[in-house]
Amino acid sequence: MGYVAVSGGEQAIAASLDLTELKRVGAGRSVDVETILAALPELVAQVESEGSLWAPEVAATAVKQAQGSVEEAVFLMRAYRSTLERLYTSRVIDTDTMRVDRRISAAFKDIAGGQILGATRDYSHRLIEFELVDEAPADVRERAAELEHALAAEPSADAAEAQTHVPRVLTYLREINMVKAYPQDDTEPVDITKTPLAFPAPRSVILQALSRGLTQAVIAIGYAAIRGFGLSHPTVGELRRGTVAITIDAPGAEADATEDDAYYLGAIPVTEVESLIVSDEVDDRGNHRSALDVGYGLVVGNDESKAIAMSVLDHSLRADDVRYPTQDQEFVLYHIDGVEATGFISHLKLPHYVTFQSKLDSALRSMAEEGGEADA
Amino acid sequence: MRKNYNFAFLDEGSKREIRRAILKGVAIPGYQVPFASREMPIGRGWGTGGLQLTLSCIGPDDTLKVIDQGSDASVNAVSIRGLVRETTGVETTTATQEATLIQSRHRIPERPLTRDQLLVLQVPTPEPLRTYEARETVTKRLHAEAEYTGAYLELFEQIVRYGTTTTGADHPVMVEGRYVMAPSPIPRYDNAKLDMAENLTLLGAGREKKIYAVPPYTHVESLAFDDYPFVTEEFEGAHCHRCGATGVYLTQTVDPATGEQIWMCSDTDYCDQRVEAASSASAAKGGDAR
Repeated sequence: MGYVAVSGGEQAIAASLDLTELKRVGAGRSVDVETILAALPELVAQVESEGSLWAPEVAATAVKQAQGSVEEAVFLMRAYRSTLERLYTSRVIDTDTMRVDRRISAAFKDIAGGQILGATRDYSHRLIEFELVDEAPADVRERAAELEHALAAEPSADAAEAQTHVPRVLTYLREINMVKAYPQDDTEPVDITKTPLAFPAPRSVILQALSRGLTQAVIAIGYAAIRGFGLSHPTVGELRRGTVAITIDAPGAEADATEDDAYYLGAIPVTEVESLIVSDEVDDRGNHRSALDVGYGLVVGNDESKAIAMSVLDHSLRADDVRYPTQDQEFVLYHIDGVEATGFISHLKLPHYVTFQSKLDSALRSMAEEGGEADA
Repeated sequence: MRKNYNFAFLDEGSKREIRRAILKGVAIPGYQVPFASREMPIGRGWGTGGLQLTLSCIGPDDTLKVIDQGSDASVNAVSIRGLVRETTGVETTTATQEATLIQSRHRIPERPLTRDQLLVLQVPTPEPLRTYEARETVTKRLHAEAEYTGAYLELFEQIVRYGTTTTGADHPVMVEGRYVMAPSPIPRYDNAKLDMAENLTLLGAGREKKIYAVPPYTHVESLAFDDYPFVTEEFEGAHCHRCGATGVYLTQTVDPATGEQIWMCSDTDYCDQRVEAASSASAAKGGDAR
């Protein structure tokens, strides 16, 4: 039946999938999941962050299956996530206890606990190292041994390796009442994967949507907010990166059960940012003063730009007076999810024969009719 | 790996949650029930809302039909049918009358559905007021207050500007005199099939996280004015090039053999059954003659 352009779809799809798979294996080379985990950890972390599921091996497999497409790998992760039962809610994670491997402040030079640069490319020169083209496994091992030796001589490296209970930069500002105070809120957060968005969105919803948002979208909209389409130009009070422990209470545990009674499930890598943004505060007597508000960002993995942008947007989405799209919860939260954005954009490739016929019919009919005089 | 997935992909907790939203939708015809849409193995915007409805309602004894733009063979219909079959093992069919559950994008089958059939429509944009109001908070209030001036105003403006309404598919309908509803991008021709239908129609928007329903025997009226009545697409003088049908939804195409413009049934199963009936009738006739 050659009359419908898409008939024979079943065979066409099967062949198309074969073609895609051939692209993966056609060159006769592949990369094993372990190598992906070892060599591309930041890619795996991005897939986990946007995939909203911390599962390194699954993420690396998705990367492999998706032939390196982040969009596709995240999509695979999200679909897999839908089949998993949600059995527990973890205990509240106190990021004060983060095992820190990097923490910096752009607000203060000397901070309690010290600035820990850790591993960062911030001060590197972006020059392609063409030697890597010829890097052999032996070279990798040799280079690793060299670097380990060199870093062993560095006194602070060991300390940076295992910093826990690093004091928080903002504690000082909170003590002198310079930062807007909010009551501690440990109520169980809304799970945005089990509750549809509703507006105004609670803070837990905003934070989740941003944290698992499309990385580049979070960064781009965050950028817009600090460049001119928003009011907040933040100072990074503290950026810390490391791992946090996930624990769950034993079934039937008392409400006041402590961390020590809980089960330890593992630790996940996160990047946390507290940004300081100057904002107006009105006290009880109606006097205005300039106070510092905090924007908060926390993402799985180590994408610092995403975490900082998230902190910007967390703040701007709490604005009472919406002047810019970056402050508009519906604008930001509805469009920041990667799977939703790419899904709807890509659906435009589906056949629209029936609907287009209908559009055409209307257009033809309007041509046949006399239009009105109104300058509509 | 595939064996590790639950019957119909989703876990039972998710399915129950979706069925509760469906029940609420059935109880309030035309009202968009928010639900926690899950990420599915097919793209958001590719029928995930319909798919979640199908997977939540389907049982091992169901017979499934999936169409896209009226065609069982369309790529996305093939893909969705394959996914449901692989995760449930149910029978599939192309014959409308044999199906107990029909998932469709952009069409309602020509053959009227019965009380024993469930129609699931895929919905890209569930909010009929979205064209003039971008904000969900506002449209929710407009629905609550049944404030539909804007919906009529939009049609009015089209008439002022073009002398006719210019809606394509997805022409808004009033359900049971209460909620204005997006019927999904079915052609205007199909709107009437929702009115007082014998079957239950469920509409699912996965990306927008909404479920709504038109229960059997519900009044569904296309928005229009007394002096500018609702008009469906026009196929005057046209007939299906293949089965000769008139009075059905046709799409234009070009005859690859002659290069001339022809029309075809959009509902391919309807067309196939007509061709088959005609050929068996002529065979029977031939038998008589001998």
